[in-house]
Amino acid sequence: MQDFAQALLSALALVITGDGELWAIVLLSLKVSITAVVFAACVGMPLGAALAVSRFRGRRVVTVILNALMGLPPVVVGLFVYLALSASGPLGVLHLLYTPTAMIIAQFILVLPIVATLTRQTVEDLDAEYRLQLRSFGLSRFSSVPTLLWDARISLMTALLAGFGRAIAEVGAVIIVGGNINHVTRVMTTTIALETSKGNLALALALGVVLILIAILVNAAVSALGTASTRGATTGLAHA
Amino acid sequence: MFRHTFLSAAVGLAGMFLTSGAQAQTDEFIIVQSTTSTQNSGLFEEILPKFTEKTGIEVRVVAVGTGQAIKNAENGDGDVLFVHAKPAEEAFVEAGQGVERFDVMYNDFIIVGPSSDPAGVAGSADVVEALEKIAESKSPFASRGDDSGTHKAEMRLWGEAGKEVASASGQWYRETGSGMGATLNTAVGMGAYVLTDRATWISFGNKGEHEVAVEGDPKLFNQYGVILVNPEKHPNVKAEAGQAFIDWVLSEEGQDAIAAYKVDGQQLFFPNATTADGA
Repeated sequence: MQDFAQALLSALALVITGDGELWAIVLLSLKVSITAVVFAACVGMPLGAALAVSRFRGRRVVTVILNALMGLPPVVVGLFVYLALSASGPLGVLHLLYTPTAMIIAQFILVLPIVATLTRQTVEDLDAEYRLQLRSFGLSRFSSVPTLLWDARISLMTALLAGFGRAIAEVGAVIIVGGNINHVTRVMTTTIALETSKGNLALALALGVVLILIAILVNAAVSALGTASTRGATTGLAHA
Repeated sequence: MFRHTFLSAAVGLAGMFLTSGAQAQTDEFIIVQSTTSTQNSGLFEEILPKFTEKTGIEVRVVAVGTGQAIKNAENGDGDVLFVHAKPAEEAFVEAGQGVERFDVMYNDFIIVGPSSDPAGVAGSADVVEALEKIAESKSPFASRGDDSGTHKAEMRLWGEAGKEVASASGQWYRETGSGMGATLNTAVGMGAYVLTDRATWISFGNKGEHEVAVEGDPKLFNQYGVILVNPEKHPNVKAEAGQAFIDWVLSEEGQDAIAAYKVDGQQLFFPNATTADGA
């Protein structure tokens, strides 16, 4: 296919020439998705860890539902957030529709179950392994949560990256709540959708290549951070 | 120690992102609910900067199908409606959702199809007869199927041809449920005929072996209208700024800007506001 070769060439050209418009779109994509992941981490990690160590009736049901929510269709989340933020919706007074904040909210909802579920699994495994040791230090189930989270930080990085991958790649939600408005809410994926609908297939594919390059860079950065943190800190549990 | 640095860095980053997002929203702007044809053709990118330069009002365009644009406007999620389905627009004003409807510009619909022309309609200027032939030869036909202005026009034409296409859905009649560009991509991919507005077709980059088959029938006239969303019904509507945009687009200056927009030397939209001064 001629389109593939052309796409790779134009992707290179796009990156090398440093087209200002493209970088603005890339920055907005990163800003929206990273913010959504940071908030999802703040809520999802404690939530997942609490679920991992708690024992209550219906816990299995909650776990299954949370697992299932990882498969939330972005377009449904987009519709839900649109109806909530619409001028005639319950949160219309906030005037958030068609803003980057609306996109962050939608991606937050998409990422939260992923972060919470993967955190729950990781912490549950660790807890099973170290429960007796932690109790012998006099830590209750819930007070051992920070220690468990800290010890699981490398695995949790992977959970966050999975969430980031979901956020940066989705188009269904952000195109509804953001509106794909040029210079305001246009991100990588909505640009790709737009260029595809204009029939500019090679350009759309080139933007896809750029998106993947960015994803690789982000993952490499986090991986480097993970290595640094392992070297910088002595093993958590030994000091717990 | 490391944990605190990492956490505060993350929170600081998030805070920075949020505040910079809020800052960008303080300038005066209006939201125009419009259609994919006006956006995909590049018209807005050409004319909107001229309006913004003159008035300082930024125009944010949400480009969806006419059906969805009207629905969004009914929810109050827009200040101006700029679409192309006159009966639906008049119903919108009738229901008190819009203030008044104005003609802005027109272009025409065309049927494009594979150059092999399986239905033998190429060169025709009679759209009803062409649709009859397509249906009788069961040649693949791609429909928007999304309640957009183009879809509404297509359904009206099938009605005139006396063809009931719903029963053929999934066979030779294929509803994509997508925007104009996506539907053109699909039609090119499966060698199907498709009704499109001329502007989207001219600026479309993936024409493949497809060519214009049917054009020039007065029934293919495609009128665009502009309406201010009713501020009495939706108090958040920026009536003054929205009206300024409507006045401009109907003014000689706005109309000239529309006429001046060309792709490959071809004019895409023809201004036809009833009064030259927009009064």
